[in-house]
Amino acid sequence: MAVAVGCPLNAHAQDANSIRGMAATCANCHGTEGRSAGTVPGLAGVDKTQIVQQMQDFKTGKRASTIMQQLARGFTDAQIEQIAAWFSAQKK
Amino acid sequence: MKINRREFVKRMSAGAAVTALAGCMSNAGRPAAGRVVVIGAGYAGATAAKYIRLWAPDIDVTLVERDAEFISCPLSNLVLGGSKTIRDMTVGYGGLAKYGVKLMRDDAVAVDPVKREVRLASGASLQYDRLVVAPGVDVQYDTLPGLASADAQSKVLHAWKAGAQTVALRKQLETMRDGGVYAVHIPKAPYRCPPGPYERACQVAHYFKTAKPKSKVLILDANEDVVSKKGLFMAAWNGPYKGIVEYRPNSELEDVDASTLTAKLQFGSVNADVLNVIPPQRAGNIALVTGLITANNRWCGVNWQTMESIKVPGVHVLGDATLSAQLMPKSGHMANQHAKVCAAAIIAMIKHEPVNQEPMMVNTCYSFIDDKNVVHVASVHAYDASEKTMLPIKGAGGLSDKANELEGTYALSWAKNIWADMLG
Ligand code: HEC
Repeated sequence: MAVAVGCPLNAHAQDANSIRGMAATCANCHGTEGRSAGTVPGLAGVDKTQIVQQMQDFKTGKRASTIMQQLARGFTDAQIEQIAAWFSAQKK
Repeated sequence: MKINRREFVKRMSAGAAVTALAGCMSNAGRPAAGRVVVIGAGYAGATAAKYIRLWAPDIDVTLVERDAEFISCPLSNLVLGGSKTIRDMTVGYGGLAKYGVKLMRDDAVAVDPVKREVRLASGASLQYDRLVVAPGVDVQYDTLPGLASADAQSKVLHAWKAGAQTVALRKQLETMRDGGVYAVHIPKAPYRCPPGPYERACQVAHYFKTAKPKSKVLILDANEDVVSKKGLFMAAWNGPYKGIVEYRPNSELEDVDASTLTAKLQFGSVNADVLNVIPPQRAGNIALVTGLITANNRWCGVNWQTMESIKVPGVHVLGDATLSAQLMPKSGHMANQHAKVCAAAIIAMIKHEPVNQEPMMVNTCYSFIDDKNVVHVASVHAYDASEKTMLPIKGAGGLSDKANELEGTYALSWAKNIWADMLG
């Protein structure tokens, strides 16, 4: 029986899965798919450039934070772009 | 209609073309793409069940749980402090129905990894293509002969699984005379929730400070130093709780006399009015009987790209039961992250798609110093291909500067969102 049979979109699927997985690391605090039930703001449907800007401001310390600076520094700029794009595409 | 796995594989492997198509096409109106059984509906298991269905509604997921409701360990120290009740950290399992998770109130007693079958206490059995074992920890009384009997265990509580024990320990504190001593014993690391015992000491001290000001909190730590958030906890014990909390490192317990509430240490004994012993722990029993334990007779080694057992194929282990990677705590937050990596990997494996080679995980543990002020520790972890394990990312993560009320509100928001993330 064939194992790992390739679909034409496999490379793409791999990327998409890894981005979805990274975004899911945010969900415990920002809600499943970015829809928050708490006081921490949701990220679903937020403009991509806004999320990227906020993450960069956390990273550099320009925006003060309790925890986001420490978390944002765990992600590369490219990863932040991908995560932000993923959340901006989710419905609010 | 019941299809056993062999029949399922036969159908699926009728030709490679069929298998390939199964990964590419929509499965609407077709039999499930695969069957997953999840044992244990805690932070790890419930999240895995929900996320498999969220990301792949064509996969059949059955979640086996012995308890009627979820009761959170994180936050449960607040019940001891008196600012929350156990109801505040209890969530029903009803929300999982909308994802199509099949919930079975039962107890998994055995696994046959060759037949790919789980046997339940009710006598029923479940067939699986992939099994997720998320049993949490069992406490190990075997090193403490004085706690062998059920009677002794009901006098000297652990309250290291939230629920009846938490409520009973709070009762003991309420009935204790003012001027009494509450002693808590902490086992050698690794154990569930590294900052938990120190947070507990703070919560009991907070209660004493307001309700029983002549009383003391004594921490008997088997470790040589505070295991987690040392500076932040010390600041509390030398600050608001000065004169209430006493910390004694290197205080490994040799035995307990439950009738006199005596903790017997290597050098001398300690008498308490309320004695709270957190025993050493290991992966929950179903992991033991399934042969998943690979390290020190206690923990289950896993492949961190898939969370699959390094020993038993087709079985994935999550949460506190795993042999933790470097600087990875046994926490509810981490269990949630294990579950998502596992969910994605299981879906990929069932659909013959490539598994994400570079999973990432984030951890945060919030600890309440009193009823409002909170401190955190956080870390970000990524898979390292050369070390074949998850490693913390340097330069990321860290601690709170000091206890603060803003993080008190964020910690409660965290609880709301993570409970909804797993159960809602
Ligand atoms: C442990 C909980 C936690 C996790 C995990 C977490 N966040 Fe946050 N996030 C917060 C908190 C708390 C704030 C408020 C700022 C602060 O004090 O850190 C915040 C704020 C933000 C904001 C600013 C929102 C606004 O409108 O002000 C963005 C953007 C954000 N987080 C993105 C992310 C992304 C992306 C991830 C995942 C990579 C993530 N967060 C993971 C807790 C978390």
